[in-house]
Amino acid sequence: MINVIQTYLLRHLQVFFYSLGQLMRSPLSLLMTSAVIGIALALPAGLHIVLKNVQSISGDLDSAAQISLFLKKSTSERQAQQLLSQIRKMPQINSVQYISRQQALAEFKRLSGFGNALKALEKNPLPAVIVVQPSITQSNARTTQALVSELQAKPHVDIAQLDMQWIKRLYSIMDIIRRGVVILTGLLALAVLLVIGNTIRLAIQNRRDEIVIIKLIGGTDRFIRRPFLYTGFWYGLLGGLIALLLVVSSLLLLSGPIEALTQSYESPFSMQIIDFNSSSWLILGSILLGLSGSWVAVERHLREIEPT
Amino acid sequence: MIRFSHASKRYPGGYDALQDVSFHLKPGEMAFLTGHSGAGKSTLLKLVALIERASRGQVIVNGQNLAKIPRRKIPYHRRNVGMIFQDHQLLFDRTVFDNVALPLVISGLSHQEIGKKVRAALDKVGLLSKERAYPITLSGGEQQRVGIARAVVNKPPLLLADEPTGNLDPELSREIMSIFEQFSQVGVTVLIASHDIDLITHLPYRILTLKNARLSHDTAPSAVAS
Repeated sequence: MINVIQTYLLRHLQVFFYSLGQLMRSPLSLLMTSAVIGIALALPAGLHIVLKNVQSISGDLDSAAQISLFLKKSTSERQAQQLLSQIRKMPQINSVQYISRQQALAEFKRLSGFGNALKALEKNPLPAVIVVQPSITQSNARTTQALVSELQAKPHVDIAQLDMQWIKRLYSIMDIIRRGVVILTGLLALAVLLVIGNTIRLAIQNRRDEIVIIKLIGGTDRFIRRPFLYTGFWYGLLGGLIALLLVVSSLLLLSGPIEALTQSYESPFSMQIIDFNSSSWLILGSILLGLSGSWVAVERHLREIEPT
Repeated sequence: MIRFSHASKRYPGGYDALQDVSFHLKPGEMAFLTGHSGAGKSTLLKLVALIERASRGQVIVNGQNLAKIPRRKIPYHRRNVGMIFQDHQLLFDRTVFDNVALPLVISGLSHQEIGKKVRAALDKVGLLSKERAYPITLSGGEQQRVGIARAVVNKPPLLLADEPTGNLDPELSREIMSIFEQFSQVGVTVLIASHDIDLITHLPYRILTLKNARLSHDTAPSAVAS
């Protein structure tokens, strides 16, 4: 029994490498077919990586959602400090920062360049501001909104402002892009399936005589199917590797300029090329496409070839 | 070993290739099947090898009613039937050894067993020295002997040959026939389709003659001898 299994596995191994050897006989056509598969898969894989990177940036933005409390001008410094310590005790709050009217004015002068114009004003027009940073674990759209209402109701608070609108828009745009990538992936996977199916169909036609002979001397469908399935496997593996190569090299080309850009925003962002998980999925998916494409072709065409 | 009872084969379109054929070939018997081209010789062999199925009547091979063998079991039936063709049906991109080994590879034998059995089969047909050669480099007679070696390598109880000497000169034809006789002597049932009347009437074996899709004569070996 063990002997039988051993022989069976050995046979599989032989066909495994035999089919590779057959492919290696015409390296150019092997390379071209694999390149088609590789390019078709590189596109959705690359977009997926880009999306992942954008997501990691926008994740930072999420935690950066701050609430600004503009205090009424009548608020005294003591009242402001009281309010500050009150807010600081709230559990949903990560940190608070107080910007007094004087500080606000100084900052405005420094950043706006209207310093001289402000001197013309008799009174400081700016309100004191408390910048509230919600704790990250608490921050989803609804709890943040509730927090804003709560803060709005505090005494001395004129306006509580949360600028989340643009983040929401960014999220919806990313949702659209993500769905687009899913659709694109589906379509290109189908294309890969057809390319491999067609390649295997041609291989079957080329070896028609051999298939007839094997059927005549008692070869089972499984025996005949095996080398074609392994051929599909090799196409898938090679196509996946080419896709990986394309994705990595394109992203490496892009990463320099992108990092220069993010550095100009003083963002600590560093571009993620591709992780082990994503690359394994890419290769695995490609192999699966190769196997199923050849399976479909073999199922369709093997029965048509019968000895007469 | 082979029993036809009232077997008929009608192809789609209404062409009758065989009509109401009945005969019985005993285990270890050797017989010739003859008749004009189109008389139904090939069709009869195809029914035995399950390349075609009888439209009516029964074909029983090795105790099995062929009508009861489902499609997916056909390969296992064919492993018990060694087939030899006029055009040899060899794979030209493989060596003689690999061609002869193919039935054993299909059956999933181990490497050592394959080596032993292939060399034994090649030895029987006198081609042991050519195991590394490619079929294209061999003569017609040698190619046919490779075909025979492949048909007998897994020791099937039944051998079918369709015009095995069709392209060979008389000398080579007799040589091929003597190889078949040797297998018959060790108990293999042999059925050879041939229209080479000169050759087969000089051999002491039963002759089944087909005429217009029907079995017209069944000549016993004794009649030939006298």
